[in-house]
Amino acid sequence: MTFRAQGLRAWLLQRLSAAYLALFTILAVGWLLFGEPVDYAAWRQLLGTPWISVLMALFFMALFFHAWVGIRDVLMDYVPHLKLRLFLLIAVAVLLLALAIWSALTLVSVYRP
Amino acid sequence: MPTQSARPRFLQLLQIRQPITAIVSITHRISGVLLFLALPFAVAALHLSLRSEGDFLRVQAWLAAWPVRLIGVLLLWAILHHFLAGIRFLLLDLDIGLSLKAARASAWAVLVAVGLLFVLLLIGALA
Repeated sequence: MTFRAQGLRAWLLQRLSAAYLALFTILAVGWLLFGEPVDYAAWRQLLGTPWISVLMALFFMALFFHAWVGIRDVLMDYVPHLKLRLFLLIAVAVLLLALAIWSALTLVSVYRP
Repeated sequence: MPTQSARPRFLQLLQIRQPITAIVSITHRISGVLLFLALPFAVAALHLSLRSEGDFLRVQAWLAAWPVRLIGVLLLWAILHHFLAGIRFLLLDLDIGLSLKAARASAWAVLVAVGLLFVLLLIGALA
C-alpha cells in the first residue's frame, strides 16, 4: 500500500469512527438524562448484557482508534522536533494500547462472578 | 525543509484576528486533546465501578467531589464542542456547506449551540 493510500485509510477510519462515536454518545447521553439512576447490582447487570457489551467494545475500539489518529495529527502538526515527536507518538500508542487491553478486560470481567 | 528567509514573521497569536472557522477548528483540536487526557481516568473509573460494591460507591463519591465536578464541567464543554464541531466537519467532508458564507454561518451555529447546551445542561445538573 502506498503512503497516500495509508493516509486516506486513516482519514476514512477517523470519519467512520467519528460517526459511531457520535451515535453512541447520543445513546449514552439519552440514558444519562432520562434513565433511572443505577446501583451496583443494576450497573453490573446492564454491563453484563451481551448486546451492550458488543456496543461498548465497538465504542472503545472506535474511541481509541479515533484518539490515535487525532493525537497523531496534532503531534505531527505541532512537534517539529523529530526525536521528541517520535517519543511522544510511541508514548501515546503505548498508552492507548494499554487502555484498549484494560477496557477489554473490564468488559469481560463482568461475566465472571 | 525549513530555511531562513528575510520575510517578516508575525506570530503574535493573541493579536492575529482569526476567522471564526479557524477558531472552531482549533477549539475542536483543544477539546479533542482534553478528552484524550481524560481517557485513562474514564477507563479506571469504569474498571473500579464494576469491581466491587465498595469500589462502585468510591467512584460515585469521587465523581461527586468538587474538584472532579469542575473538571467534569470542562469535559462537558469539550464533549459538546467536539461532538457538534465534529458533525460540522463531517458535513464539510461530504461537500455540504463548503461555501465561505455557509461555513462561517455553521461555525457560528456550532459555537452558539455549544454555549446554549452547555448552559442548559449545567442548569439541569444544578436544579
